[in-house]
Amino acid sequence: MIQWQKVILKLGELVLKGRNRHRFEKTVYEQVKRVLAPWPGITYRREFGRIVLTLGTVPYEDIRPRLAKVLGLGSFSPAVTCGLSLEEVQEASLQVMAALGDTPRTFKVNVRRVNKQFPHDSQEMNRLVGGPILRAYPSLRVDVHRPDAELRIELREEEVLIYCVSDEGAGGFPLGSNGRAMLMLSGGIDSPVAGFLALRQGLRVEAVHFHSYPFTSEKSQEKVKDLARKLCPYAGPVKLHMVPFTSVQTRIHEAYRDNLLITILRRTMLRITERLAELHGAGAIVTGESLGQVASQTLSSMNAIGRVVELPMIRPLVCMEKAEIIRIAERIDTYETSILPYEDCCTLFLPPSPSTNPNLKVIQSIERNLVWLEEEIDKAVGATETILITEEDAEQDRYSSLF
Amino acid sequence: MIYMDYAATTPMDEEVIGAMTQVMRSHYGNPSSLHRVGVEAEKLVQRSRETIAAAVGVLSSEIRFTSGGTESNNLAILGAARRYRSRGAHLITTQVEHASVYEAFRLLEGEGFRVTYLGVDETGAVRLDELEAALTEDTILVSVMAVNNEMGRIQPIEEIGRLLKSRPRTLFHVDAVQAVGKLPLQPKGWGIDLLSAAAHKLHGPKGTGFLYCREGVELQPLLAGGGQEDGLRPGTENVPALVGMAKAVRLAVERQEAFAAHTSSLRRKLVERIGTLEALRYNGSRQSGEMAPHIVHFSYPGMKSEVLVYALEQQGVCVSARSACSSGTERPSRVLEAMGAPYAAAVSGVRLSFSLRETAEDIERVCEALTRVARELGSVTAEPQKGRRS
Repeated sequence: MIQWQKVILKLGELVLKGRNRHRFEKTVYEQVKRVLAPWPGITYRREFGRIVLTLGTVPYEDIRPRLAKVLGLGSFSPAVTCGLSLEEVQEASLQVMAALGDTPRTFKVNVRRVNKQFPHDSQEMNRLVGGPILRAYPSLRVDVHRPDAELRIELREEEVLIYCVSDEGAGGFPLGSNGRAMLMLSGGIDSPVAGFLALRQGLRVEAVHFHSYPFTSEKSQEKVKDLARKLCPYAGPVKLHMVPFTSVQTRIHEAYRDNLLITILRRTMLRITERLAELHGAGAIVTGESLGQVASQTLSSMNAIGRVVELPMIRPLVCMEKAEIIRIAERIDTYETSILPYEDCCTLFLPPSPSTNPNLKVIQSIERNLVWLEEEIDKAVGATETILITEEDAEQDRYSSLF
Repeated sequence: MIYMDYAATTPMDEEVIGAMTQVMRSHYGNPSSLHRVGVEAEKLVQRSRETIAAAVGVLSSEIRFTSGGTESNNLAILGAARRYRSRGAHLITTQVEHASVYEAFRLLEGEGFRVTYLGVDETGAVRLDELEAALTEDTILVSVMAVNNEMGRIQPIEEIGRLLKSRPRTLFHVDAVQAVGKLPLQPKGWGIDLLSAAAHKLHGPKGTGFLYCREGVELQPLLAGGGQEDGLRPGTENVPALVGMAKAVRLAVERQEAFAAHTSSLRRKLVERIGTLEALRYNGSRQSGEMAPHIVHFSYPGMKSEVLVYALEQQGVCVSARSACSSGTERPSRVLEAMGAPYAAAVSGVRLSFSLRETAEDIERVCEALTRVARELGSVTAEPQKGRRS
């Protein structure tokens, strides 16, 4: 096994454009340090458009899955270093080639000579390094235009960096580079995926969950915490606002239980979420709505529900197919948790046939009759409990000594 | 006193006892309860499942908790045969399986299944060509143990898995009670559908075990009751024991390499000494790679096993006459007979089994005890045996 000494992290191309570059780079740098915090031996150096890690004794394979979750990171490559002599460069290059699982069919050598003291120039180096590699792999050919593998050699002032393989980064925008939003997190399959897509688009996300305890079980609240936790590798610690919805919900149900009930409940949730957004400085609301999935997600339902708030509504899944959503849920590892069968507040008090075509005027007049609604919303906002969800949840730690 | 009966059971690890004590004190909830106390207990059950799954390299949804090796074996064999009866009624196992496998197959014979009991060679190994020849269109289950509990012979599980790979309708069950945490096992890579394990063989608590049941394999439950373990194994979970098992499995797998290296060297010493004692007859393969590193088996032809057990105990060494589960019986060992041992050897088998805890000095003391016992008993038996012959 090859011992990688360095990792070269490259920021996504998207990020390199525009005047925000410096801020974007700084954010990615901070996220890299966050995900690698468990390995204090790693040191960091920021360079133009990239970050170079020195691993010390840390195996590259250990940190690889963590790096793959840093948003805004385009790619990362493990590298070896060696001294500034031709023989060392040749030998290290052979090692890097040997570390490729399968020998590629074509390759090229790409030398950058920053250190002008080095006795051979880039052209010569291509030949001097490429020669021994071609001798070692008789089936290998050089292709300078579209090679399967590109062996990169950087001749620097102090040392030489050599790398070839690249792992794909998570891409997207750096965390929080586009502001902050409230994510309505239900416990189903869709909303965690919406949260992930919002994060990837550079939104810092706080989650809002409506629970109807004791009508819904404590397990369903645990499930939502678990889902929020799954976003932590991408987002860092996530704030989860648990809104007690029982009282609002039962009072609305007492006053009105016909086919517009769901519409009215959803509108009430949005109003509470908007209030929480104001309190926590968020500029948008993210939902997992997907066009046509359920009665409350028809076009006219979405219109009737969405009209109640003024903040931008972001619906990353709105035109996605269920299968696509499930694929992402599996990739971010929320699917198995999402399908656990616990009651949530939306499945309680279901009207016999929820309207798929609600009339906004009718809804507004029903709501005008619910004179106490504003006060109930105040109470719910006031009683909201905010929990900070971290990747290593406190309970996990409490139990970990047992295992 | 030197305990040399780890294949029967193992002393519990102090860390495991500590974890279990804490669970018994603080997490007494029923995992099925909806309140907080129950939710906490359920989390512990889930963490146990995840810990074990990670240690053996399977999905946590593929781990089913049971009361131990016997139940895991019964659930796998009876559950699979009864569930898939419509596919065929032929089953294959070996003559050297543990009673909890063997008797389950006897039971199925009573239910109308046809069972082929494969023989073994003189080292105790199943022969692949015999297995292949026994397979029919009707074969729905093959059950072969990973390590023989009496002899310590390792069976060619990986090869059997490969042989069965082209037969998706034939399930492959492995009784790995003597192997988990001791030898490398790859349920996924080796095409194993069902795999049994017990906690008390690896310094965990008695009365708890698990069955790996590959995703997609369905079993008919043995017990009727609540919906625990996906309805496959109803009954309130033994939370402290599950936590203890998870910890024990994790520790055993982490220490597996060290275990193999250490016990192999102890085993070599014991085998060498047995070879120098004329009265004793080493059983099993001479290739050390074919034998579990922590089990040594020998016979003292002409002497009943129990006599040897008592004699060694007087020398301060605890051993087993074949498997502990059947050591009360007078009958010759089914395993030794299957290996072709003569009657005199088959009634006089003794098993020494040890762990990472025994030192080279312990083994030296055991060797000395063996030498003394062989000498002393030899002088006792010489006369009557002669007399009987004349």
